[in-house]
Amino acid sequence: MSILKKLSSNKVALFGLIVLALLILVAIFGPYLYETSPWRMVNRPFMPPLENGSLMLGTDTMGRDVLAGLVYGTRISLLVGLISTMIALLIGIPLGASAGYFGGWIDEALMRFTEIFQTVPSFALAIVIVAIFEPSVYSITLAIALVSWPPVARLVRGEFMALRNQEYVLAARLNGQSDHNIILKEILPNTLSPIIVMASLMVATAILLESSLSFLGLGDPEIMSWGYMIGAARTVIRQAWWLSFFPGIAIALTVLALNLVGEGLNEALNPKLSGSRES
Amino acid sequence: MKPLLKVEDLSIRLPEGADRPYAVQNLSYALNPGEILCVVGESGSGKSMTANAIMGLLPKAIQAERGAITFDGHDLVSLEERRARKMRGNRISMIFQEPMTALNPLMRIEDQIGEVFLIHSDMSKQQRQARTLELLKDVGLPDPEKAMKVYPHQLSGGQRQRVMIAMALALEPSILIADEPTTALDVTTQAQILHLIKELQRKHGTAVMFITHDFGVVAEIADRVVVMQYGKMVEIGDAQQVLNDPQHDYTKKLIAAVPPLVAPEREVQDRSKQRPALSVKSLCKTYVSPGSWFKPGRTVHAARDVNFDLYRGETLGLVGESGSGKSTVSRCIVRLLESDSGEILLDGDAIQDLDNKALAPYRKKIQMVFQDPYASLNPRKTVGRIIADGPIAQGVPVAEAMQRAKELLALVELPETALDRYPHEFSGGQRQRVGIARALAHNPQVLVADEAISALDVSVQAQILELIDTLKKKLNLAVLFVVHDLRVAAQVCDRIIVMKHGQIVEAGETKAVFEDPQHDYTRNLIESIPGADWRSGHQPQPAVGKIA
Amino acid sequence: MSIQTLFYIGGRLIKGLLVLFVIAIFNFFLIRAAPGDPAKVMAGEAGATDELFLQQLREQFGLDQPLYYQLWVYISNLVQFDMGETYRQQMPVFDLIMDRLPATLLLTGTAFVLSLVLGVLVGVIAASNHRKWIDSAISVAALVFYATPLFWLALMAVLLFSVFLGWLPAFGMETVGANFTGWDRFVDIAEHLVLPAMTLGLFFTAVYARMARTSMIETSRADFVKTAKAKGMKPSRVTFRHTLRNALLPVVTLAGLQAGQMIGGAVLTETVFAWPGIGRLMFEALFQRDYNLLLGVFFISSAMVVLFNLATDLIYCIVDPRIELAK
Repeated sequence: MSILKKLSSNKVALFGLIVLALLILVAIFGPYLYETSPWRMVNRPFMPPLENGSLMLGTDTMGRDVLAGLVYGTRISLLVGLISTMIALLIGIPLGASAGYFGGWIDEALMRFTEIFQTVPSFALAIVIVAIFEPSVYSITLAIALVSWPPVARLVRGEFMALRNQEYVLAARLNGQSDHNIILKEILPNTLSPIIVMASLMVATAILLESSLSFLGLGDPEIMSWGYMIGAARTVIRQAWWLSFFPGIAIALTVLALNLVGEGLNEALNPKLSGSRES
Repeated sequence: MKPLLKVEDLSIRLPEGADRPYAVQNLSYALNPGEILCVVGESGSGKSMTANAIMGLLPKAIQAERGAITFDGHDLVSLEERRARKMRGNRISMIFQEPMTALNPLMRIEDQIGEVFLIHSDMSKQQRQARTLELLKDVGLPDPEKAMKVYPHQLSGGQRQRVMIAMALALEPSILIADEPTTALDVTTQAQILHLIKELQRKHGTAVMFITHDFGVVAEIADRVVVMQYGKMVEIGDAQQVLNDPQHDYTKKLIAAVPPLVAPEREVQDRSKQRPALSVKSLCKTYVSPGSWFKPGRTVHAARDVNFDLYRGETLGLVGESGSGKSTVSRCIVRLLESDSGEILLDGDAIQDLDNKALAPYRKKIQMVFQDPYASLNPRKTVGRIIADGPIAQGVPVAEAMQRAKELLALVELPETALDRYPHEFSGGQRQRVGIARALAHNPQVLVADEAISALDVSVQAQILELIDTLKKKLNLAVLFVVHDLRVAAQVCDRIIVMKHGQIVEAGETKAVFEDPQHDYTRNLIESIPGADWRSGHQPQPAVGKIA
Repeated sequence: MSIQTLFYIGGRLIKGLLVLFVIAIFNFFLIRAAPGDPAKVMAGEAGATDELFLQQLREQFGLDQPLYYQLWVYISNLVQFDMGETYRQQMPVFDLIMDRLPATLLLTGTAFVLSLVLGVLVGVIAASNHRKWIDSAISVAALVFYATPLFWLALMAVLLFSVFLGWLPAFGMETVGANFTGWDRFVDIAEHLVLPAMTLGLFFTAVYARMARTSMIETSRADFVKTAKAKGMKPSRVTFRHTLRNALLPVVTLAGLQAGQMIGGAVLTETVFAWPGIGRLMFEALFQRDYNLLLGVFFISSAMVVLFNLATDLIYCIVDPRIELAK
């Protein structure tokens, strides 16, 4: 695992990696270790942080434990981020690969299609989709995936276009290998590094999108999420700053950690300086 | 004669982690007024480093550690930046290897040249313009008035290099440093640029420091030569003496690796009774650059009515400059490109219209060796899989294919242990051997070598050429050798075909074509080869090594 | 301007119209894919119980007719800028949106210019101090702002600058009931604009700074920069005359292409600051489950993006001499 080694030699990326590991631990084990339900009223409303020893971050407008909300929200943030990214990859990679490999009218058609998705303001599109299909964890994940795949398709297309005329690919064609084989075994493995880098950054963006949707009241009503907590506390910001402050820190920290890991991966996998990104 | 510029005991340290501690070490030589001094060496010899030090263009991480570069009473190594800047582009100027990227794409030619006057003189706008026009005329640009107003992308590579030369000579510098200025150019353009540099150098009495890897170029223009290896100067002397009577072993080796420009006597076989392994009839291929609704597309004829036969046991050279269509033809033949019309007969069967499925059995009969040994092997596959995957795709059982791969490795003189290793563990020459093994995995009749040696160092080139020649004899292959280097073509081909703008302008036995070219273009091509008179068989050969 | 440029722009215009056409069709089917009676979906929470209003909607959109006919009605209405009415405001959707649009344009426009100028400046500073502490500091700051949720930043800005410091107004676009005119009104709006524009702009400043930095570093390694140095030019002049212009072209293009993201940011910013633009309108439509209005805002904001992209193309056409070669 030379990639992990390279990553951990980069201090900033290592920091991101550690934070991310902690967050994953909280997401998996948090709800078992911290059993207070984020929905249950545990004390009087609007209790500031540190006032009560068992309620470190205080209570919200309905007397619910803020820390419990943060712990339970971790899981949904990471899960939505991860799954929507995976779906986006499942859409973007095949589209980009066929456009880039076959070229011609296939490329033309697929890219026009992608362009439409890229032109449309993505957050507005996500809002519309979630609103009309009723907010739920499924509609949110799907909406985020639907607005996130175009950059993947473009990236994969670019890589395929560059690689399809590489001599080793030409040699594979001369060897009588099928298109299917060439795409999967010759080209795809060589495009993985930029895809991995992009995916790690996409998870970060997806988490931001999820929290923004929840903030607007488009979160799954069954699940406590960081964005929802901030949204619900928006109107009482003057009285209770901590209700918005801590969930925001949680989001920023998670997204930052993912971005740092993404940057680190980029430096480890693509030694050339290539920091720009499409988002 | 008092030297114009003196490099004394110069050492330039490389950053840690480089393959050696010094880029150049204890280097001393002098540049005399009005001479052309060629600095020769292979890639990584440190030959460009001194030039960059003179110009103050060394990267920040690399600094001169010791020594001096004396010019006009100043030491350029220790001279403060502000004063050094006054020399740059004024007293000493430089041109570079890549004319395509050396000019700012967003500025008109006029402004880029004018900038030199703006920095170093107080000429008025009219004066600057007049002088720029004069310069563009001097460097022989067609329609210099128009050239003033265009952007770089509207000029060809050769034209851009002329602009660079105009810019460098704008203030009549004492020294012109030329860093491989013709390496990226075609042979005829190269000849013109070399001629231009020589002519302007004579006219203005400029001293030229010409950096190159090509001994042909040295023979063409050098007065004196410095030979470099691993950052050290191994030989210095007059051009004639170094070229024809080299003293150092390394110089001898380098010169011996330059194929002489004379086709050896070859046994001529009458093959008219044989059936050709490959027969190309009236092959045509045009590219239409995509226009749009308002602009018609541009049509380029990459192949126009191309005809030839290729027999087993012979090597046929397909030569031409870039854009001649030689690569297009070779790719149409192996069906990597679809031809527009004409016939491609492989072992008697027409293959040009077969679909992928029907083509599969014919793929085995014709295979290709590619140009770039670094790009032609999938970095994520073991050498064994690279060789065996073709036969496996065609239905050969894995174990059998791997066994065969082992035999093929032996055939191309690589150890059996290579089987499980990845391409990055091998050198360029070794990789090219793997590429050849892959091409032979199907037992082809026809082998197309597409510039198969042009990315290799000269000494490695000879070995690969020898290998291909041995295999040709051993396996009775028909070899189509696509090559731009006429020196190589003269050595390895039984017959050659010369192409220009998609058409065959001349075809014949190699010796005949070289000794008595029929077509003007062929003649021009041969005459353009730098150092054509040198090592043409009329002078004694240095007595080292043998050329494959 | 040459004929070719005109044709080029014409081509782009047609492409943009096609995109809008596809979005319109998407909107049409989205309403019908939503669970329940499309008339009720369109009418929104408030209007769904008013049978008269529902009937009116059914007639206007031909909801009892076959699907293709509905599509035809929908598209031909749209071409005439007719997107139906909202129940709550009793106003045509299109008029309502147009009413709110200037506020959004003011906000996003200010934020765009601000973030582009600031981002490029910061990026160039970072690049010219490559691998020094100031570069690292800028890179870290950019990463942090890039990771911070916009709506949270907005809330924190309100908390700091309005609640604690009391420097700037936190809500609305103008002081309610003040009825300022002329210069006073301008100042009043400007004061209200500071916080929303800053929060919206900060995220994009981070984005553009990162792009500008990378682009500058890459361009400074280009051959023509070496040529410029070899002319004996001062480093600052090399940067400004040669590196900068070439490095900024891709940044501006990408920035133009990302205009759509500004709209998304505007929804969040306008929601927090009660800025009376179409972003806020979108939030209101969500709140009232007025999907017809929601889709209307979505369509118009897409149209804005298409227009903006067109403008970017135009500028590019003028700035880059190589464009005539591009398809």
